[in-house]
Amino acid sequence: MIKIKNLHKSYPMGKESLHVLKGLDLHIKEGEFVSIMGSSGSGKSTLLNIVGLLDIHDEGEYYLNGQLIEKLDEKKAAVLRNKFLGFVFQSFNLITYKTALENVAMPLYYKGINRKERQKIALEYLDKVDLKDWANHLPSELSGGQKQRVAIARALVTQPKVVLADEPTGALDSTTSSSVMDLLKEINKEGMTVFVITHEEEIAAGTDRIVRLKDGVIISDIKTKELQKA
Amino acid sequence: MFDLGRWQEIFQSIGKNKLRTFLGAFTVALGIFIFTVLFGMGNGLKNTFDKFFSDDATNTIFIFTGTTTKAYKGYKEGRRIQLENEDLELLLKKMDDKVEYFTARIYKGVQAKNKNESGSYTVRAVHPQHQFLEKTIIDQGKFIDENDVKNKTRVVVIGRLVEQDLFKNENALGKFIELNGLAYKVVGIFSDAGGDNEERLIYAPVSTIQLIYKNTEDIDQINLSFNRAIGSAGAKKMVNDITKILKEKHFVARDDRSAIRVRSVFDDYEQNMQFAGMLQLIVLWIGIGTLFAGAISIGNIMVFVVKERTKELGIRKALGATPGSIVGLILQESIFITAIAGYIGILIAVFALNGIGNNLEDYFITNPQVNQSTIVWATIILILVGAIAGYVPARRAAKIKPVVALADD
Repeated sequence: MIKIKNLHKSYPMGKESLHVLKGLDLHIKEGEFVSIMGSSGSGKSTLLNIVGLLDIHDEGEYYLNGQLIEKLDEKKAAVLRNKFLGFVFQSFNLITYKTALENVAMPLYYKGINRKERQKIALEYLDKVDLKDWANHLPSELSGGQKQRVAIARALVTQPKVVLADEPTGALDSTTSSSVMDLLKEINKEGMTVFVITHEEEIAAGTDRIVRLKDGVIISDIKTKELQKA
Repeated sequence: MFDLGRWQEIFQSIGKNKLRTFLGAFTVALGIFIFTVLFGMGNGLKNTFDKFFSDDATNTIFIFTGTTTKAYKGYKEGRRIQLENEDLELLLKKMDDKVEYFTARIYKGVQAKNKNESGSYTVRAVHPQHQFLEKTIIDQGKFIDENDVKNKTRVVVIGRLVEQDLFKNENALGKFIELNGLAYKVVGIFSDAGGDNEERLIYAPVSTIQLIYKNTEDIDQINLSFNRAIGSAGAKKMVNDITKILKEKHFVARDDRSAIRVRSVFDDYEQNMQFAGMLQLIVLWIGIGTLFAGAISIGNIMVFVVKERTKELGIRKALGATPGSIVGLILQESIFITAIAGYIGILIAVFALNGIGNNLEDYFITNPQVNQSTIVWATIILILVGAIAGYVPARRAAKIKPVVALADD
């Protein structure tokens, strides 16, 4: 599903340039539940942005769903994001003046689906995250856990190939965190590829595969089941 | 433009962000309001000028005399030049069909009396065509006619206010009025757009007054109107010719400016219209300046709006919004708000101008109005301004990288 070969990325910092990703190789198959771990500055956010087509890499190859990502203009990236990717952010990133239902329906608008159909599909997905009764509430009327579940529903609504979650539990307490993680696990069981970025060991332990990143290189790549055996 | 989904997005964005929308709309409405009112005032100023000069025919030439300032052909300076009937006849013969209307004028101050009412008035002794030169409006009866001049009849045409003063509520037509002790029959009553002073005049046949006052041939002034077919160049030549003929006849030096004076309203009119036109141009520039300032304000507000929406736009992009759809969204909202607010501004301004009406006539502003085409243009400019003001920030918004937009907390 996601195949990365010798990926490099650096950011210009004044006259110098900061080399963030130094030749990553990573292969994530369809249906995997993967976490990327690393302290801040390890390059994990940069990796997510590149995988999420929010940023472009300098060097190396990136295949998304078997398609080589290159010469990507903004418009093409937008279409690919809408088609293949669902995002879940640490700070939820819901649109504050739109209700839960409207937030979930938003990606469908950019997919060109009509309003009636949008609302129907969005409601289905809200039901899936147990928030059907909250459909007409504004984000400000929801708890942190509820907001993140709305965001997850929004990420799923276009039936993407991959869900990218950037510190999905970073702003939540431990009980809510585990319920969000349970939800992600459930989604994964239904066959969705889930890609989580985190710096919390506990969260990573809940996934099937942990990739550790340090200073822009992968230092370990372990299946958790193997870890438990050892 | 006809994407229903986008309109729904826009209406929601407007509805949920009332303060922001109001600020933008208010700036636009105020700008266009000031522009329209100023422009209307400019038009009002021009109307005043038009009205001033519509009183007298605009192709009139006035001929009057004074004393010589230079010695010439054996005559001393300081000599008084007197116009006579034969001067008028000479000019009519020489100018022939270039002359449209003509009249002599003699002014006499008189004591007018009807029964117990009396007052001081000016008599203007004239030829029949004076009526057309002065644009005198006959309310009742007739003006002085050819027969009156030929027969030297003792008739007068009195102003509306003379009738009001001396006859009170009675109708003066057909009655007699005493001027310096002699009775004249009132054959007409007139009004004049030139104001109260004009309506306190008494018109009499030129020949009658010449007969009664020492039986001379003297006249005080000659008024002519030129045939408009000769154009302004022809008119200027005619003024020069008249001056030359009269100066030769009365032995006045060519460069003597005070003995024979020939003035044309035509010159004044053009000058004054130019002046009014310039005033309006200034007003127009002030208006355009206001509009421009308004545009900058809209631009500022749009920059602020985009800044405020950075995160939202970042989210939209992450969810699959293309740069084009972001530009479209911002631009369409901006144009929509400008057009609606601008239209409201215009409506209020037109309403205000109608309200002002003729209340500012004392300040030289008559019936301030803006015409349809100005309104159409202002609206087009407005939509353009909205588009330009919206485009720059929208373009920038579309370029925001989602990473940057979403990273700011």
